[in-house]
Amino acid sequence: MSLWLIPIFPLLGFLVNGLFGRRFSKGLVNLFAIGSVALSFAWVLKTLLGLGAIEGEHVEHYYTWIQSGMLNIGVDFAVDRLTAVMLMVVTGVGLLIHIYAIGYMEHEGGYYRFFSYLNLFMFFMLVLVLAQNFLLLFVGWEGVGLCSYLLIGFYFLEGFATNAGNKAFIVNRIGDFGFSLAIFLIYRQFGSLDFTKVFDAAKGMPVEASAGILTTITLLLLVGATGKSAQIPLYVWLPDAMAGPTPVSALIHAATMVTAGVYMTARSAALFTKAPISMDTVAVIGLATAFFAATIGLAQTDIKKVFAYSTVSQLGYMFLGVGVGAFSAGIFHLMTHAFFKALLFLGAGAVIHGLHGEQDLRQMGGLRKYMPVTAWTLLFASLAISGVPGTSGFFSKDAILVAAYERAPWMYWLGVLTAGMTAFYVFRAWFLAFTGKYRGHAHPHESPLVMTGPLMVLAALSLAGGFINVPHWLEPMFPEKAENQMLAWLSAGVGLAGIAISYVFYVAKPGLADSFANSVKGLYTLVYNKYFVDEVYDATVVQPLIKGSRTVLWRGVDAGLIDGTVNGIGTRSRGIGGVLRLLQSGSIRTYAAWVVLGSVVVLLAIGFAGGAR
Amino acid sequence: MANGVPLNWYLILSAILFGLGVAGFIYRRNIITVFMSIELMLNAVNLTFITFSYSFKQVDGHIFSFFVMVVAAAEAAVGLAIILTVFKNRETLMVDDVSSMKY
Amino acid sequence: MTALIFFIFAGIAVFCGINLVAQTHPIASALSLIGVMGSLAILYLQLGGEFIAAAQMIVYAGAIMVLFVFVIMLLNAGAEGALQTSRFVRYFGIVLLAAFLGLISFIIQSMLPRTEGVVFGLFQGGTAVDVGRKLFTIYLLPFEVTSVLILIAIVGAIVLARKEI
Repeated sequence: MSLWLIPIFPLLGFLVNGLFGRRFSKGLVNLFAIGSVALSFAWVLKTLLGLGAIEGEHVEHYYTWIQSGMLNIGVDFAVDRLTAVMLMVVTGVGLLIHIYAIGYMEHEGGYYRFFSYLNLFMFFMLVLVLAQNFLLLFVGWEGVGLCSYLLIGFYFLEGFATNAGNKAFIVNRIGDFGFSLAIFLIYRQFGSLDFTKVFDAAKGMPVEASAGILTTITLLLLVGATGKSAQIPLYVWLPDAMAGPTPVSALIHAATMVTAGVYMTARSAALFTKAPISMDTVAVIGLATAFFAATIGLAQTDIKKVFAYSTVSQLGYMFLGVGVGAFSAGIFHLMTHAFFKALLFLGAGAVIHGLHGEQDLRQMGGLRKYMPVTAWTLLFASLAISGVPGTSGFFSKDAILVAAYERAPWMYWLGVLTAGMTAFYVFRAWFLAFTGKYRGHAHPHESPLVMTGPLMVLAALSLAGGFINVPHWLEPMFPEKAENQMLAWLSAGVGLAGIAISYVFYVAKPGLADSFANSVKGLYTLVYNKYFVDEVYDATVVQPLIKGSRTVLWRGVDAGLIDGTVNGIGTRSRGIGGVLRLLQSGSIRTYAAWVVLGSVVVLLAIGFAGGAR
Repeated sequence: MANGVPLNWYLILSAILFGLGVAGFIYRRNIITVFMSIELMLNAVNLTFITFSYSFKQVDGHIFSFFVMVVAAAEAAVGLAIILTVFKNRETLMVDDVSSMKY
Repeated sequence: MTALIFFIFAGIAVFCGINLVAQTHPIASALSLIGVMGSLAILYLQLGGEFIAAAQMIVYAGAIMVLFVFVIMLLNAGAEGALQTSRFVRYFGIVLLAAFLGLISFIIQSMLPRTEGVVFGLFQGGTAVDVGRKLFTIYLLPFEVTSVLILIAIVGAIVLARKEI
């Protein structure tokens, strides 16, 4: 099936655009960038059609990467049903975003660089998805982190952009540390990193009631996932990552990279299901993140920040789904979220593009008149994310909440409350941007077709995507959960209530929002400043680390000990040399005396050693 | 004296001459005299060779001695040429004055 | 008879050796060296080394020492100045040297108690014929190498003694 072609096309696009793109015209750069992703998507379709209804997995082994002692890691790609879903999402949504980016990045500098990074990202993401062993997955994991750094800091002349890029990479690294520890433990426990071997061995192990090796492994995997998928406590990088261009936010921080954590957890289902403690931890963290981020999203004024916190919140939902055992529901929500969140971001990008860089919601308003396509597509996306019945978001969020109810009813109620808040703030953003009077000073205009085209495709998917019955497709891998109509309609109702409240606050009675905010001033300030989490991190972790490194490690160890040792060796050598050079008196008679002395010593030595017998 | 002179005494003479050569080598300041002390040392060694050649009743020692002489000749030629050059450059024959290689 | 000759010429050799070290003017040292070489040639003769004795006189005393004398004349070497060392140090050095040589003699005497005597005429194998036979058969390679060595010495001496250096 030549699975390797799927990631290779974007890699070639990266190489061509990266090496020669500087001299290409925009059209040529587009050709290579879009063409490579389109070819990759086409190949994915061909592969999946060729495999038909995939039973089990289709593995392709390419070559042995590491062969050392008992460690044998090969470059293996595999396609099973889960991979098929991920491949379609990554390449399909990726293709749409690439096309959109042609229009968005029209007037930006570094055009070819942007597309080469984007292609590199696609390559790594596809490696991550196709990988058949943990180490190869980690390669893709790290690679997407790298591309995220490169793309967030794309406008590298701006200080806040590079800082955001650094923050993303460093916080990711913390998660990666946990992931690495998990890989080590997996190897130690199972003797291999291959998925098939590990999961088959894990299936034979008993369910751990208390903390055991599987719990440790899965908790460490969870640490990695929280870093990559922006859960508590490592979510702080994602809102700052909005410093990058909007297509980047859409592709990496909505549709694909941040879902890598969910994908990895779903892939390791065999490990997680044997460690109930970890599953509960995953669910609780997911739910807490969902609720927490939703509260922050209520008060943000930057349109991209609203959607960023929304992403964190929805990722929390996915983890909730995975944590309560509804793996297929989590993956289903991953897919629908890719549709409507990418659409939300791309739409926000269209708005920003139309307003020539304005991102503040308070400077928008009444844009429905100027950019109708954008407004309607964003409306569909907002409906989907709110879980309005019939949209994709309804089916996927529903599946998760029903499964949560089965696990513990309080999880369901909290999730429903969060859904209500989600609907509220998403529609708040929509109302503030598209209804009322225009409050800004720019000349808004509709975006070109190359940008609105993908918006329309994604809108269609957001509405109809729910009918792609992913949980049924993933049935052989993850058992389906039962449906509960009443709970479903209940959550839908709460969503609709959220929309209604938002309408009241921002359309019917515009002043109500501000007066309400004033009445809960303290709470509002707390939420608006994202609970000061960044400041807390800075004070407790960053500053002590910097100070400690500066005084102890830099001045003490590096300058004092190491430089002192190296310089000391030099100084000692010079000292010894300074003493030895006194032998060079320049007087020949002294040399003669040394020669005689030396020969006498040699003679004595020979004499004592028994003579020259 | 039917026994003749004991062989030891030749060796002792050789050692004394060698020691005198070393003393002159260290003690004297004129380059040419230092050189002549070296020649004295070589002569003492020659005597040792001949003595042992007699002792083993073989002629090989004579041949070694012959080669020593040849080398001494070559060395004397080149060494005196060097002394001439040094004299041309430094205008002095005293060993102590040729000390520009001081640290 | 042998012992008498030995003592006379050994004495001359030692006396000339001391003279070499003690004299201030180089020409006196050169003449002392010739004296040493001459007495050594007699001793070689006593030990049966006819060829070597002749070579010693011809090559060493006749050529090398003449070269030395020529150079001394050329450089107009004068007598050395007096040393600044104190008399105590000088006399102590002489005593030390005498003790050192005595020690060496004692060591040699005790290490090699061979009582074989040297009688003139006992060793007949030192003729030119014997030397030549060994030289051109067994020791041919060193012989040829020595000729190259002499060539190098000639070239070196000529180069060094040019005016331009």
